[in-house]
Amino acid sequence: MKIAVCVSHVPDTAAKISVGSDGKSIDPSGVTYVLNPYDEFAIEEALKIKDAQGGEVVAISVGTDANKETLRKALAMGADSAVLLKEDKDRDSIGIAKALAEEIKAQDAKLVFFGKQSVDFDNSITGQVTAELLDYNCVTVVVDLQINGEKVTAEREIEGGREIVETSLPLVITAQKGLNEPRYASLKGIMQAKKKTIEEKTPSPYENMIELVAMKRPPAKQPGKILGEDSSAVPELVRLLREEAKVI
Amino acid sequence: MANKILVYLEQRNGIIKKSSLEAVKVGKDFSEKLGCEVEALVIGSEVSDLGKVGGYGINKIIHLKNSDLELYSPTAYTKLVVQHVQENSADVLLFANTALGKDLAPRVAANLDCGIAMDCVALDIEGDITATRPVYAGKALIDVKLNSEIKIFTLRPNVFNAGEPTGDSASVEVKEVSNPDLSTKVVEIKKSEGKLDVAEADIIVSGGRGLKGTENFKMIEELAEVLGAAVGASRAVVDAGWRPHGEQVGQTGKTVTPTLYVAVGISGAIQHLAGMRSSKYIVAINKDKDAPIFSIADYGIAGDAFEVVPKLIEEIKKLKAE
Ligand SMILES: Cc1cc2nc3c(=O)[nH]c(=O)nc-3n(C[C@H](O)[C@H](O)[C@H](O)COP(=O)(O)OP(=O)(O)OC[C@H]3O[C@@H](n4cnc5c(N)ncnc54)[C@H](O)[C@@H]3O)c2cc1C
Ligand SMILES: Nc1ncnc2c1ncn2[C@@H]1O[C@H](COP(=O)(O)O)[C@@H](O)[C@H]1O
Repeated sequence: MKIAVCVSHVPDTAAKISVGSDGKSIDPSGVTYVLNPYDEFAIEEALKIKDAQGGEVVAISVGTDANKETLRKALAMGADSAVLLKEDKDRDSIGIAKALAEEIKAQDAKLVFFGKQSVDFDNSITGQVTAELLDYNCVTVVVDLQINGEKVTAEREIEGGREIVETSLPLVITAQKGLNEPRYASLKGIMQAKKKTIEEKTPSPYENMIELVAMKRPPAKQPGKILGEDSSAVPELVRLLREEAKVI
Repeated sequence: MANKILVYLEQRNGIIKKSSLEAVKVGKDFSEKLGCEVEALVIGSEVSDLGKVGGYGINKIIHLKNSDLELYSPTAYTKLVVQHVQENSADVLLFANTALGKDLAPRVAANLDCGIAMDCVALDIEGDITATRPVYAGKALIDVKLNSEIKIFTLRPNVFNAGEPTGDSASVEVKEVSNPDLSTKVVEIKKSEGKLDVAEADIIVSGGRGLKGTENFKMIEELAEVLGAAVGASRAVVDAGWRPHGEQVGQTGKTVTPTLYVAVGISGAIQHLAGMRSSKYIVAINKDKDAPIFSIADYGIAGDAFEVVPKLIEEIKKLKAE
C-alpha cells in the first residue's frame, strides 16, 4: 500500500516573530525553518505502518525550494520518496489542499497522514479539506490509530476527553501529539536522504480565496506587578483577584 | 452584501455549548448591521432548551434530527450542513472554533468551494468582513478577507461575549433526517479523569518543572479545586510523564484564553507564553524574579511555590467561607 505524508515547512517554535516591512508577512531574518512539529507524528505513524505491513511512504510538500529541507528530513526519518509541488506565491490552505489532493490521486495513496495543524498560521484546515476533495474518510486530532484491513478505529482528542471513531479506508488522518514517539533520523538515514532526488512538479494554478490584508503585532501586555517574595504577599494577591480582576 | 447568516449550534449530550451561544450573539449583531436574515442550525438527537437560544438573539432554529446523530459523524454532519446551506442560500456561516467546529467547518468549506477563516478573535464589518486571527501561536495577528461568495468563520471560544439572555424564545423547526451517511462515526466518548478541560475552563492553574515531581501536583489540584479551575501543565512536566498530554498548554499543546491563568513554577518559555498569553488575567508564582513569565503576568509573587501555594489555598478557602 502506498502511504502519503503531507509536510509543511515552518518557523521553529522558538523563533521570535516580528512583522516584516510589507506589513503582511514575518521578517525572515534570524528565523530558522523546520519540519512542522505535528508532521513528525504523521511521518512516524506512516513509517510504523510500513514497518508492520510493508508498503511505501511518499512525503509531499507544497511550497518553494526551501521546503526541500523539510522533505529531506522526512526522507532521513525513513520516507521512500518525496515530491515538491512547486509554488512560489503564498497559497491559502484551500489551494494547498487542492494541490495535495491532485498529487495524492496521482500517487494512488489510500492512506494519508497530516499534522493536526501547521504551527505557522495555526489553521487546522488542510487535512480535512484534502480528504473532502478526495472523498476519503478523515479523522482529525488523532492520538490512537488501529487499522485492521479496511476497518479503522481512531481516537481523537476533544474537550474533556476522547472520541472513539469508526471508519474505513481510504482515509486521511491528522496527527496530534501523543499518537506516537517520532524516531530520530539515523546517520544512515541522513546519508541516504542526501542521495535521493526530490521530484518537482507544478500544481494546477489556483486563485486564493483567503486574502491576507495585514499582519500586526499582538497588543502589548502591560508589565505586571511583583507583589512580594513570599506568602506575605498572598492576601494582597487575593484582594486584587477579587476587587480588580473580579475572578474570585 | 450578505443574504443569510447561518450559525451552527453545537450540542454535547443534547445541551448547546456556551461557545455556540457566543456565535449566536455575533450572528445576531451581524444580521442587524447587514440588514439580513439569520438562523441557527443544530444536528443531533434530543436537544434540550433550544427555545432559550432565542434569548441570545436568534429566533429561528432548524433541528436536523436522527437518533444516530447524537454523537458526531463527520460524514453525516458535513453533508447535512452543506445541503442546508445550499437549499437556504446562506452565505455567511459561523461556527465555534471547538474540536467539532475545527473538524467540521473546513469540510463544509471544501464542499462549498469557499474561503474560511479559523479561530477568529475579532470580526469587523465595515464594507467587507475582515476577520482578525492569531498566527504563530499568538506571536502575531493577521487580518483576512474572504474572496468567495460564501464565507465561513470559526470563532475562538471565550472571546466574544454572549451577554445575558433576554426572555425571548426561538421557534424550532424539527426535520427528521433519513439514512445519514455514517461512513465515519463517533461511537463513544471517553471522558478524561480531570474534571475540567483546559480548553474550556474559565480559570486554569498550571504547574511546571518548578514543582519538582508528580506528587506535588496535589497542591496544584487543590488550588484548582478551590478556584473551580482546570489543571494545566508545561511541556516539561508532560514530557517527564508527571501530567497527561491533554493538559499541556502552549504552542504544541493547547491555546487557552481563560479569564484567569495561574502559572506555578513555570519559567515562561516562548512556546508556553504563546499558548496562554491572551488570558485576561495572569498570575505567576516563581522563585526566580527574572523568570520571563513575569513579563506578561498581571500579578506575580517571586517566591517559593511550596510556601506560597498552601497559603493561597488557605486564603481563598477563607474568602469562600465568608
Ligand atoms: C518544538 C517545541 C515545542 C514546545 N512546545 C511547548 C508547549 O506547547 N508548551 C510548553 O509549556 N513548552 C513547550 N516547549 C518547551 C519550552 O521550550 C520549555 O522547555 C518548557 O515550557 C519549560 O517548562 P517549565 O517552565 O515547566 O520548566 P523550566 O523552564 O525548567 O522552569 C521551571 C521554573 O520553575 C521555577 N521554580 C523552581 N523551583 C521553584 C519553587 N520551589 N517555587 C517556585 N518556582 C520554582 C524556576 O525558577 C523556573 O523558572 C516546546 C519546545 C519546543 C522545542
Ligand atoms: N504547504 C504544505 N505542504 C504540504 N502539507 C501541508 C502544507 N501546509 C500544511 N500541510 C499539512 O496540513 C497540516 C495542517 O496544516 P494547516 O491546515 O495549515 O494547519 C500540516 O500539519 C501538514 O501536514
